[in-house]
Amino acid sequence: MPNKKQDFIDQQLQDLNNDGVDRRGFLKCMAWAGTGLVWTMSGGIPVSRAFAKGYGKDAGKGGDFSFVQISDSHIGFNKPANPDVTATLQTAINKINAMPHTPDFVIHTGDLSQLSKPSEFDTLDQVLKGASAKQIHFVPGEHDMLSDNGEQYLARYGKGTKGSGYYSFDHKGVHFVGLVNVANLKAGGMGSLGHEQLEWLEDDLKGRSASTPIVLFAHIPLWTIYPDWGWGTDDSEQALSYVKKFGSVTVLNGHIHQIMQKVEGKVSFHTAMSTAFPQPAPGTAPSAGPMKVPADQLQRVLGITDVNYVISGRSLAIVDSPLADSGTAASQNGVGLALGDSARG
Amino acid sequence: MTRKTLWITGTATPVLIAVLVLLAGSRSVRASDQASAASAAVKIDNFVFGPQTITVPVGTTVTWTNNDDIPHTSVSTDGVFKSKVLDTDEKFSYTFTKAGTYPYYCTIHPKMTGKVVVQ
Repeated sequence: MPNKKQDFIDQQLQDLNNDGVDRRGFLKCMAWAGTGLVWTMSGGIPVSRAFAKGYGKDAGKGGDFSFVQISDSHIGFNKPANPDVTATLQTAINKINAMPHTPDFVIHTGDLSQLSKPSEFDTLDQVLKGASAKQIHFVPGEHDMLSDNGEQYLARYGKGTKGSGYYSFDHKGVHFVGLVNVANLKAGGMGSLGHEQLEWLEDDLKGRSASTPIVLFAHIPLWTIYPDWGWGTDDSEQALSYVKKFGSVTVLNGHIHQIMQKVEGKVSFHTAMSTAFPQPAPGTAPSAGPMKVPADQLQRVLGITDVNYVISGRSLAIVDSPLADSGTAASQNGVGLALGDSARG
Repeated sequence: MTRKTLWITGTATPVLIAVLVLLAGSRSVRASDQASAASAAVKIDNFVFGPQTITVPVGTTVTWTNNDDIPHTSVSTDGVFKSKVLDTDEKFSYTFTKAGTYPYYCTIHPKMTGKVVVQ
């Protein structure tokens, strides 16, 4: 049964924001690999629209800052799904460098390597060195903590972090939290944050004003996408309970090598494409293993995510951009929009 | 592991052969391996241990083979055995010298679980 009083309040809020978007309910928005999508978050009210061929010209304009998310580089992977993952990572970096605005930083949401080998990390470092954005924030994927409890990852990418590699930082009024949900995984379970990290998170967020925009990022999705394939985090609900008071929460994940989005109240969830190889849509294949696509299609299902934050409007716009030319990729758009085309710029 | 195998060969072979005779026809035991020690295979395909439950006699060496394009591990939930990370086509073997039930999982993809029952 709908709650009339709540609906009324929501209507008022909606009118205040004057964006013509119904913020109630559980909104699901999925866009499969290879698509482009912009969504804007304004005062906790998310709207979205497909990005068209013009992406690149206006992205980042008028924004107070932007950053880029890349994910799942799997350096060292050499199977038919993509025999040259270093080259596609390089293409991703070239794409970042070709942006009209230099992003303030890059977030890598894990699976830097395929087998946590020093040589793989070395190659990654070499490619990332060429990025226009010099600051890169990492969280580990399960492939980065394979045989040494993540010691090597922590030594290279986790300096100054807590526990298994979690940390937070502030940037131009936005609070960013990098979480680790790939350590000490339990038999039969999915991703896990663990008690110690959850306590730290609660403490980290406690004193902050509800108007502070929050960005949480972690490797495995912090929402349950497909439990059979372990695409979720067992204790994510606990973590999300700590961000309830905030007006604008964005959750960025990787791991599933395809774009998926969900908006629930003031929390917007988003997963990024991989720079290495695509994975099948949930339940459409016998397993979550690498998906082979024709070589000329590969760069349409790999990509980067550009996040543009506008302080004046308290909005956050996310543009997923495949590695292939945006013109080519835009023609592939089959974006499933829950919210329609009504985004303000 | 080598030491365990030697120990089995040296002292337990008669017992093993007796067990193997009793279990003749059991699908989990390869007759051709009776001369040294019993062995059994678990294949990792499409993020699944197959067979998920394998029943073997005491002394059997179980070998896991990863047929996926993605690395996996085979790690005892109770800390009894632990493979290194198995990349594509890599193998891990462990010899079970005591009866019991040994649940295990892939520490990288913990939804992947299996069980070795040693009788």
